[in-house]
Amino acid sequence: MTAGRIQARMDALQQIGRKALIPYIVAGDPTPETTVPAMHALVAGGADILELGMPFSDPFADGPVNQRGAERAIAGGTTLGGVLDAVRAFRADDADTPVVLMGYLNPVMAMGERVFCERAHEAGVDGLLLVDMPPEEDGVLVRRARELEMDLIYLAAPTTTDARMRAIGEATSGYLYYVSLKGVTGSSELNAGDVSRKVDAMRAHVQVPICVGFGIRTAEQAAEISKAADGVIVGSVLVSAAEAHANQPEAVPEALRQVLAPMREAMDDVQAGLKS
Amino acid sequence: MALTEDELKTLSYEPDAAGHFGDYGGRYVSETLMAALSDLDQNYQMLKQDAEFQRQFDSDLANFVGRPSPLYFAERWTNQIGGAQIYFKREDLNHTGAHKVNNTIGQALLAKYSGKPRVIAETGAGQHGVASATVAARLGLECVVYMGADDVERQSPNVYRMKLLGAQVIPVDSGSRTLKDALSEAMRDWVTNVDSTFYIIGTVAGPAPYPQLVRDFNAVVGREVKWQSKEIFGKYPDALVACVGGGSNAIGLFYPFLRDTEVQIYGVEAAGRGLSTPEHAAPLCAGRPGVLHGSKTYLMDNADGQISHTHSVSAGLDYPGVGPEHAYLKDIGRAQYVGATDADALAAFHEVSRVEGIIPALETAHALAYTKELAASMRPDQTVVVNMSGRGDKDIFTVAKMEGISLT
Repeated sequence: MTAGRIQARMDALQQIGRKALIPYIVAGDPTPETTVPAMHALVAGGADILELGMPFSDPFADGPVNQRGAERAIAGGTTLGGVLDAVRAFRADDADTPVVLMGYLNPVMAMGERVFCERAHEAGVDGLLLVDMPPEEDGVLVRRARELEMDLIYLAAPTTTDARMRAIGEATSGYLYYVSLKGVTGSSELNAGDVSRKVDAMRAHVQVPICVGFGIRTAEQAAEISKAADGVIVGSVLVSAAEAHANQPEAVPEALRQVLAPMREAMDDVQAGLKS
Repeated sequence: MALTEDELKTLSYEPDAAGHFGDYGGRYVSETLMAALSDLDQNYQMLKQDAEFQRQFDSDLANFVGRPSPLYFAERWTNQIGGAQIYFKREDLNHTGAHKVNNTIGQALLAKYSGKPRVIAETGAGQHGVASATVAARLGLECVVYMGADDVERQSPNVYRMKLLGAQVIPVDSGSRTLKDALSEAMRDWVTNVDSTFYIIGTVAGPAPYPQLVRDFNAVVGREVKWQSKEIFGKYPDALVACVGGGSNAIGLFYPFLRDTEVQIYGVEAAGRGLSTPEHAAPLCAGRPGVLHGSKTYLMDNADGQISHTHSVSAGLDYPGVGPEHAYLKDIGRAQYVGATDADALAAFHEVSRVEGIIPALETAHALAYTKELAASMRPDQTVVVNMSGRGDKDIFTVAKMEGISLT
């Protein structure tokens, strides 16, 4: 498999000694028109890779903040086709920043797994993360995505056993998404020490970069987690910012940038401190 | 996809090691739950063989639930319809008033054997919540029940029952504020408290091994019908009928008869205001395969894969998915799935109340509505067994309200 945009970006970051900052927003939240400007604003705020949520009506692995984001997007008329259109429009002005689509299987099945993979690839999507599709349930989608050289990003959790970690380490490409705590997205009990120990232990089974998400809300937490992890994934705090501006969608991109920029700065300060 | 009769007679009807019934079922959950599900599966497969566990389960069913439940000849209704002889399997006589308790006893015992001090449950009509709270009280387990905020309003007597039994009832305000949202919220709780908590799922839906273990705990219904029918009318019934929401009472009745292909099997879904309208809850009749709440199965969604808001007069059938084993039985042709509308169910509710002196649950009334049609098309020497899955006390407020009668 040739190196995709995700691996190229991760390699480049490693060379300059920078950790990946990966923001997550829900496509179409609060309106379909917000998505593309929001993606560019996140890049301006220091994003290295973008995770774009495909809204689903019943997101049982997400917390209330992300669920409300999905509800706003669906109410605003965002469809899976609309999500792919947003990626294509983003790609017209940004050929480099990797985009990962994150979501649940049912909307993908409704479009058709094969068709979805082909349309996503054509739109410029680099990776897929299906929350409710563990490696055991692979099928048409996994085969077609691999043929098209899109990365399949899998989750690992504090409860994941060593045996499963090996299987997940083999299945995942691009990066591994480590769910930092037992809970849903946006939970609040993050223990940086536990995360750091777990990330170190996982490296025995995982060859790709390990990025950590769930429960990271502040620049300080992002900086702390970035010491051990290869990347930091930030979601609910951004979706909260979108929610706060749901009535002035044009203000959302700048609001997102303002949340992300201090995280970028704090993470880079940590790396600069380690080097000096 | 339909199999031949010879194939249907010899199938194992067991899921594969990963919990698949044909293409359906499986374990479509986020990674955080995979270890808990795999532990549960191992525990269950072990305890299934454990004589002490089985002895305690059987003893609780006999002494706490009051099993076996009678197989009752509905003589006046049979005569009135003038077709096949109709028998009711009286699950409505169980402690807590429905089949639900068979499963909650089994799962609460699993929780206890697994050393989990806290159980959670989701509930629609409140029957599963009451059954869970009941068993938790008996075993001294902490119990939290998630219930859609709309259902909390629709089913206030059951909410109070759960509180009397010491359970905490948490209304769920997200989404459509009904059963599917309660299920999502319960899964979130489980993800967060996975070390201390056992999730008692109320139906044969959800990720493996739940569809299998809920079925096994309810299969006592069909096993009893096997010996009772031989004893009462000397042969197996010609047809079985049960309502299907998630499908636990139905699979409990059907499962022991799956290889007995001379027995016709009918599952009755909630056709709401009609299968040609969007207002129903009949995924097997009018849905398509997808993935919801951890398993691949038939469900109701829009063209974009968003889960539909369902409608049924009965809160217990008001769910957009269905157990994956039913999806499989439909595709291989072993069971037929039909619909009964709100109006059909209400008519049957009144008719059986007056003719047989039994007020059925609105869920059960769907099965009764189809039974009437089916029995009328059969000969008087044939027999139909319908699962009287629950009693209707909980529904009298709903029915009265619809008929403009104030009870307060």
